[in-house]
Amino acid sequence: MGFNTVFEECDILVVGGGMGGTGAAYEARYWGRDLKIVVAEKANIDRSGAVAQGLYAINCYMGMRWGENQPEDHVRYARNDLMGMVREDLAYDMARHVDSAVHQFEEWGLPIMRDPETGRYQREGKWQIMIHGESYKPIVAEAARKSADKIDNRIMVTHLLMDESRPNTVGGAIGFNVRTGALHVYKAKTVIIGAGGASHIFKPRSVGEGMGRTWYAPWSSASAYALPIQVGAKMTQMENRIVLARFKDGYGPVGAYFLHLKTYTQNAYGEEYESKWYDELKSMVGPYVDHHPTPTCLRNHAFVREVAAGRGPIHMVTKEAFQDPHKETVGWENFLGMTVGQAVVWASQDIDPKYVNPELTTSEPYVMGSHATCSGAWASGPEDLSPDEYFWGYNRMMTVEGLFGAGDALGGTAHAFSSGSFTEGRLAAKAAVKYIRDHANDRVDVSDKQIEELREQIYKPLENYEIGRNEIVAGTVSPSYILPIHGLQRLEKIMDEYAGGITVNYMTNEPLLKRGLEHLRILQEDLEHIGAEDLHQLQRAWELKHRALASECVVHHTLFRQETRWPGYYYRGDHPQLDDDNWHVLTVSRRDPESGEWTMEKAPVYHIVD
Amino acid sequence: MPTFVYMTQCDGCGHCVDICPSDIMHIDKTYRRAYNIEPNFCWECYSCVKACPMNAIDVRGYADFAPLGHSVRVLREEEKGTISWRIKFRDGRIKDFVSPITTQPWGEKIPKLAEYEVPDEKELDSPLLCHEPDGLKVDGGLPTIDKSKFKQGVYY
Repeated sequence: MGFNTVFEECDILVVGGGMGGTGAAYEARYWGRDLKIVVAEKANIDRSGAVAQGLYAINCYMGMRWGENQPEDHVRYARNDLMGMVREDLAYDMARHVDSAVHQFEEWGLPIMRDPETGRYQREGKWQIMIHGESYKPIVAEAARKSADKIDNRIMVTHLLMDESRPNTVGGAIGFNVRTGALHVYKAKTVIIGAGGASHIFKPRSVGEGMGRTWYAPWSSASAYALPIQVGAKMTQMENRIVLARFKDGYGPVGAYFLHLKTYTQNAYGEEYESKWYDELKSMVGPYVDHHPTPTCLRNHAFVREVAAGRGPIHMVTKEAFQDPHKETVGWENFLGMTVGQAVVWASQDIDPKYVNPELTTSEPYVMGSHATCSGAWASGPEDLSPDEYFWGYNRMMTVEGLFGAGDALGGTAHAFSSGSFTEGRLAAKAAVKYIRDHANDRVDVSDKQIEELREQIYKPLENYEIGRNEIVAGTVSPSYILPIHGLQRLEKIMDEYAGGITVNYMTNEPLLKRGLEHLRILQEDLEHIGAEDLHQLQRAWELKHRALASECVVHHTLFRQETRWPGYYYRGDHPQLDDDNWHVLTVSRRDPESGEWTMEKAPVYHIVD
Repeated sequence: MPTFVYMTQCDGCGHCVDICPSDIMHIDKTYRRAYNIEPNFCWECYSCVKACPMNAIDVRGYADFAPLGHSVRVLREEEKGTISWRIKFRDGRIKDFVSPITTQPWGEKIPKLAEYEVPDEKELDSPLLCHEPDGLKVDGGLPTIDKSKFKQGVYY
């Protein structure tokens, strides 16, 4: 293919300019005045990542200045919500810094609501503060732009590069420009992955035109996981997918409704239903059912079981709260600020929550590390907080030297959300600068051979299409290639049916998972024959390859953990109980980049606060 | 949709192409105007709608669950620092909302860290980030905990 090659040498390459990546670019400049800092972003950093359309709340703010919460409170909250297991060192570290990020956002112009009586930030719940965040992302992007030497928009990073003189050390990244097709080769001393988690690995509830209205952004294509997995970085808790209880079809968030507007749920017959499932849950998870607040997965379980028992749909009771004009405004602006599609659904179906209690649903599963679950790469913690075995020199560095992560990419740090992801980016950037100082004499060694091999792989889908297209008259059916949408739909069907998606009520077991792995292996073979008609489809092809690799990881983790730790997120039918004796551990995987073989291990959970 | 573009309003400027997080707003080669090439990858995030200087882009809810006859329109004004919404229901009811999008003139309060005093190299070993500890607005400085109290295994 006749595309140009653009070479870039830099000290810090940030892959993905969402909240984590912008935080990294911002902080890197403070510590690394003389360093070259480059951001490679698939879209445009002004509106990229999960916060592209805005947010109406910042879900992680301690409020230490007012004595509201301390970092140890955050650790207790996050581990409780995830049934006892997070990387507490990473969680504490994020929490102790997050307030300073939020204070910056306010100085930069982000409108944070204030409680008129106390003058403090307006709380939505214990952890959330309310904002007018339509421009949250453009504001934060401007901060990154002022710090970085260069922002390369529309670069789809497909692979990391590895250094060839030093073992297990990153050497940069490679990808293509979605507009020009040019190959972009970044030789970098350190790489910080701020890419997105995984939507669209499980079949979504809407499979027609509305398939794009997934809860998490459709452009979150699992690059956060595929990039480190490809080079043999260890991953953790990839089985810990999340299922969201949300307003039906638009997946509008419920946080402000529950916490601030004090709305509540009931079944189709107007009954409270969560207490009905208490005994069943107690038999599955024991004392965890009595924890406060009730872990989110357990509330999901009651929802899923009540609907399966024939008493759906579940409604959110809004009619009472919405009689208050202030609350009605908050209810609508909450969507307009972060999930406009829900307002579109309600307008189209004449649902005015002042007069109608809207339906809720439980979503398809997602795998991501920045929201309320903690899938992602296994990373070092900070020196002053981490158990010895969880510290290997540099905060937020993965198990590959010089490779760092933030946001969705990092495992173990649940409930970071937007502000926490930005904070993790800052932590990773400072550590990356220290890494560069400590390795001042090292030179990046990436051979032309490595680049040429990847170049061939990267453009192969265009070639597949060009050759195969001549065999057929017209249309989408070819005997020699499949299109990205075909591969995506097959992946979603495999994951849905074999790994615990919506059509099987989140249920799976060992035989299903093993069969799913066989299907995924064959899908991987077929992805060598994926056909891309143009550069846009080439982006879709690589997004799919990233999703497929991350999915394989998810299935291996799900198979390894022989218990049902998070009922309501997924169930192992062959191991229906929570099993603290054997599984109060973090699961860690590694895929050998040469053989493609996966190995699994258990890692201890350290509790660093009472 | 998903988004769609009105033929008579679009002048083909490409702002939507430039901003779309999903890379689905492209310029039609025949008409030289923008359109949504892949409606099933649209998140209805409204980034293109807000960016369009001609107000040429609108949204018609996803065909699989949104009946016709509604509209959710938006006007984002950076100079005024506001965003205005008009929701029209299928049955004709209308709701209007206006929210602030910033409290500052665009970009002016965002610092250029390259102009800050250069931190001491030794500070690289401290856990403090830029703007800290002052930016935390607490008296005791950055919190930490005693490693000797760590516990392993099932704990609560």
